[in-house]
Amino acid sequence: MRAQFILSEIGIGLRRNLTMTIAVILTVAISLMLSGSGWLLHKQVDAMKGYWYDKVEVTVFLCSSTSSSANCAGKDVTEEQRLALGAALRAAPQVKEVFYESKEDAYKRFKEQFKESPDLVDNVGPNALPESYRVKLHNPKQFDQVASAFQDQPGVDGVQDLKKLLDPVFKVLGAFQKGAYIVSVLMLASAVILISNTIRVAAFSRRRETGIMRLVGASNLYIQLPFLLEGAIAGLIGGVFACGLVAMGKWWFIDQQLRPLVKFTVFIGWDAVYHLIPFLLLIGVLLSSAASLVTLRRHLRV
Amino acid sequence: MIRLEQVSKSYPTSTRPALDGVDVDIEKGEFVFLVGSSGSGKSTFLRLVLKEEIPSAGRVHVAGKDLARLSSWKVPALRRSIGCVFQDFRLLPNKTVHQNVAFALEVIGKPQSLIDRVVPEVLDLVGLEGKAKRMPDELSGGEQQRVAVARAFVNRPMILIADEPTGNLDPSTSVGIMKLLDRINRTGTTVVMATHDAAIVDSMRRRVVELSMGKVVRDQSRGVYGYGA
Repeated sequence: MRAQFILSEIGIGLRRNLTMTIAVILTVAISLMLSGSGWLLHKQVDAMKGYWYDKVEVTVFLCSSTSSSANCAGKDVTEEQRLALGAALRAAPQVKEVFYESKEDAYKRFKEQFKESPDLVDNVGPNALPESYRVKLHNPKQFDQVASAFQDQPGVDGVQDLKKLLDPVFKVLGAFQKGAYIVSVLMLASAVILISNTIRVAAFSRRRETGIMRLVGASNLYIQLPFLLEGAIAGLIGGVFACGLVAMGKWWFIDQQLRPLVKFTVFIGWDAVYHLIPFLLLIGVLLSSAASLVTLRRHLRV
Repeated sequence: MIRLEQVSKSYPTSTRPALDGVDVDIEKGEFVFLVGSSGSGKSTFLRLVLKEEIPSAGRVHVAGKDLARLSSWKVPALRRSIGCVFQDFRLLPNKTVHQNVAFALEVIGKPQSLIDRVVPEVLDLVGLEGKAKRMPDELSGGEQQRVAVARAFVNRPMILIADEPTGNLDPSTSVGIMKLLDRINRTGTTVVMATHDAAIVDSMRRRVVELSMGKVVRDQSRGVYGYGA
């Protein structure tokens, strides 16, 4: 009976303020979707970092006749230089592992990586790619020490840190992520204001009922619960929409668009989305309940 | 049942206190008229009893409780023991007569079985049998006030407060409402009624407390509306 009474009051309230309720649901949905996207982007960057940083950290390119570096003077690296470099790298204290990649290996890997773009592969001959040592460090931050030690050794064309190469990419992704967070905070703030306004309008339009409830001795809970639940339900529906939008975004943008296009990295899976869903719902409900509660304290005094 | 001791009440927007050192003691089962011109403090008196206002000085006791010591979460319990009727009826226009009366029980969490039993009973008591399904705007003023009385009395309060209940009614309809209030009083309910209606006060011959400028100027058992009136 009690539950039935309160439920019918909520239904009346939600229908009476239908346009406002829709506005609340949409703002909550969009703001939570942005927060969720920001978080997924963060996860994506983490996944990519893990994938790339786990791969070869530092590449020591060896001289070839086509290289432009002054150190090489237009000559191929000699067998002697190559062996000496390999031994020196293995002996260096910062180095964990060393792999040698010949020109043929490099070409094979290149063909595999870009098999979707045959034009590019046709333009690159088997001799165009330099041979190299691929070096894994104990601590990726020690790159500078390794680079300065081997940069000017005979037979070295150049030393390249993959991490330095990728950092701009991660910076761009990080900026997107920050942008999504900032916009989502602004949207959440506007959602809070909208909810509080909606509750105020609802409290005003039901002042006759609440006035009588106070007079006949209804408890605060009875008077405020319908309003509170109204806010919470709108927040929950917004959260559900946000989850749907995030899932759709992950499916359409990552699975349908990016995955076929970008082969050489990893993408977040559905588990990241599943982890996100309870948080989005919870934030939606808590945020709107809190906004309702604060408003009620001001507009529905006993 | 209701005791005011040296109660004063000032509103911040007014220089003159609405009530000024009022001492009134109302026993259980009494029927008391509160008379006086507009602004004499009648409404403030009633609002203090409901703890809608807090006195600036003095003590208010209702049903054995010192309202100053009553914590705010116990105020609803206090109000459940007091029924209220107003000049403007204050019915919910989108609910039927039955729903209006049932509302008062629903919102204090009474079970449906009890509501289904006592609402028809109280509608019979106030003389509205057969009109349970009507909407308030289909009723006459007197009938609407009967619905309001039914709503105030359905929870069997110890005290019934009526603020000018006949103010919007013609004299013959008013007599009907007064008979109803008298009947409720005879069940042991204390009735406090603020009114301007001299004819009613004079015909009932009950205790009269007259307020003027926030002071009790007369407290008379079996009184009339005014000396000169």
